[in-house]
Amino acid sequence: MSELEVELAIRRKEENREEETETGEEIMVLNMGPQHPSTHGVLRIILKLEGELIIDAVPVIGYLHRGIEKLMESKSYHQVIVLTDRFDYLSPLVNNLSYCLAVEKLLGLEIPPRGQYLRVILAELTRLESHLMWLGSQANDIGAITPLLYTFREREGLLDLFEMAGGSRMHTSYIRIGGLLRDVPQEFIPKVKSFCEAFPRLMKDYEGLLTKNRIWQMRTRGVGVISAEEAINLSLSGPMLRGSGVKHDLRKASPYSGYDQFEFDIPVEKEGDVYARYLVRLEEMRQSINILRQAVEKLPSGPINAGVPQVVPPEKQRVGSDIESLIHQFHIMVEGFKVPAGEVYSSVESPRGELGYYICSDGSGKPYRIKVRTPSFVNLQTLAPMIKGRLIADIMAIIGSIDIILGDVDK
Amino acid sequence: MGIEEKLSENSIITTTVEKFVNWARKNSLWPTGFGLACCAIEMISTAAARFDLARFGMEIFRSSPRQADLMIVAGTVTKKMAPVVKRLYDQMPNPKWVIAMGACAISGGIFKTYSVLQGVDKIIPVDVYVPGCPVRPEALLDAIVKLQEKIAKEKLRTKDESTSIGTIGTTGTIEK
Amino acid sequence: MNRHQLEQLEQLEQLKNKFPDGVESIETRLGETTVELKKEFLQPVCEYLKKEAGLDYLADLTGLDLGVEAGPRYAVVYHLYSMQGRQRLRLKVKTSDAVDTVTPVWKGADWFEREVYDLLGIVFNRHPNLTRIYMPDDFVGHPLRKDFPLMEE
Repeated sequence: MSELEVELAIRRKEENREEETETGEEIMVLNMGPQHPSTHGVLRIILKLEGELIIDAVPVIGYLHRGIEKLMESKSYHQVIVLTDRFDYLSPLVNNLSYCLAVEKLLGLEIPPRGQYLRVILAELTRLESHLMWLGSQANDIGAITPLLYTFREREGLLDLFEMAGGSRMHTSYIRIGGLLRDVPQEFIPKVKSFCEAFPRLMKDYEGLLTKNRIWQMRTRGVGVISAEEAINLSLSGPMLRGSGVKHDLRKASPYSGYDQFEFDIPVEKEGDVYARYLVRLEEMRQSINILRQAVEKLPSGPINAGVPQVVPPEKQRVGSDIESLIHQFHIMVEGFKVPAGEVYSSVESPRGELGYYICSDGSGKPYRIKVRTPSFVNLQTLAPMIKGRLIADIMAIIGSIDIILGDVDK
Repeated sequence: MGIEEKLSENSIITTTVEKFVNWARKNSLWPTGFGLACCAIEMISTAAARFDLARFGMEIFRSSPRQADLMIVAGTVTKKMAPVVKRLYDQMPNPKWVIAMGACAISGGIFKTYSVLQGVDKIIPVDVYVPGCPVRPEALLDAIVKLQEKIAKEKLRTKDESTSIGTIGTTGTIEK
Repeated sequence: MNRHQLEQLEQLEQLKNKFPDGVESIETRLGETTVELKKEFLQPVCEYLKKEAGLDYLADLTGLDLGVEAGPRYAVVYHLYSMQGRQRLRLKVKTSDAVDTVTPVWKGADWFEREVYDLLGIVFNRHPNLTRIYMPDDFVGHPLRKDFPLMEE
């Protein structure tokens, strides 16, 4: 049956039964999406309404399912890096990092300190970029249109930094297996420093507009509450978990890429509502600036890549002049290096939660199976229980606070 | 100051109805917000402060397709989403134009898989193709300017759906 | 070996003693421990692990197609995590068609199992709502199976 027929069938069933609620009102079935300005993408929700009150909600996803996991099984490990960018397209470098850490675990590679610190810097810049987009779009959905333009101003500055280092604003694929594509240019670190100086002052703009704003608090306090036990039972992660009082962050619980050398706090709020998650993410932005300052201060010099020529492509200038580099380049790009058989699960703390890669290798140059544990897919399960019993206007606030990305949800 | 000084007191402008209507249409294109995937983020960046789509007349992205005349297909169109795209395109009133933004909308992009439609022009006619993955905001602005040039050349009498389709690169133009 | 790893070793010993027929093998590689179970023992072992070993968080649930000629053909893989003890454990269950659902133990397994059903065709007994989640409802076939083509010709 096509979707239109499904909807008509639901409506016909409701009309035939002449179902009425206790107050004598009729039940209406309303379709929201997949094209909707506030659903952050192609998300469809079928709502059963009594007036403005929501009785039941069924999210329908899969409108952006591109079959990337199956596509990865036919590419070499090096080619898969480009595909990982497209899952969570607001934090592409963190996706690269998660995948590369998993493959490096299978290969047993050690990344030198400069490579690790640069990865931390890029991951935290990505976290800032993602949270800025979240803030702008959540405020826009609830009705506060001004913060969107302010956050995009900062975001452009960050995208300039990514372009300086990796060559592209989004989808840089800059973090590679064994390290990074190339070292950052001279101007990069001073620009990051000046960004860290300027940003706290700019954050006051957004906070001044929203945090103590009575309308914002009325729209977000007490809305979409999840308790700590429910959050753990539902496998939530990221700010959804920390907003409900669970102090869990993978950067502290199982540190990766040198995060154990930095001092930072994990923000936690107790109420578990939309406002709590808003405060958690704001504080995370401040902690990211904290980590960036430390990383930029202590950045060591040295190589950025693990010295394994079978896995890390050689520099382009050497490929034309040195026969060994040419052979390695050919072997990596055309045949693909082989990875020892085994399985590994490795996860990082993305701006949305736990982003994990489960890689099964059969010893050949192509992965046998890659499963991507995406945070938005798991966090979206809470949408239906959270919006039952609430008004339609609360749906936008709740979807914004879950912070979904449909590329992550639909893979 | 400006144009008023150039015009004399009893100023009359002569033009054709066709040119006038095309001028009005091309300078007030209203896009429908149809962001599907990653290109949607760059589309929002184009509408934000640095690249500012509003100076081209596209002040607000209309939420309802019935109030829009431009559909920017930004992102991958899957086979599950294809009937929805077609329905939205049919709901737009004439005259309407379509920009296929990004490699996925043009031809499926890097996703040659079981669930991706290999190009949105399989279901709706496209006026301008913009390559890129993702499309830079400057390239999208270039595409809009090219679309405006195309609209300026349209004939008022017969507007047929399968108009000539021009491809655009960031360095040059190829017109059929 | 640190305190958490020692604790985990003890818990695995106790698990083997409690379910001697259920546990097929316990293996540790690359710092990760994998326990292979018989599928009839899945739900009791999961309840035991959640209560006694503190593995209260289901990080991931996925399916593997072991190949058209393999018997049994599929494996369902569970990644568990303990918030208090910060340990991870992997459970593997082999099946040729169906396993029990673990939604009574971890509610978060709901959509994970629907995804595995949709893409691999493994049925989860007593799941509250086992329907397709990614592909349209009238789609025929299960895309992640090894004999399903990447793209129709």
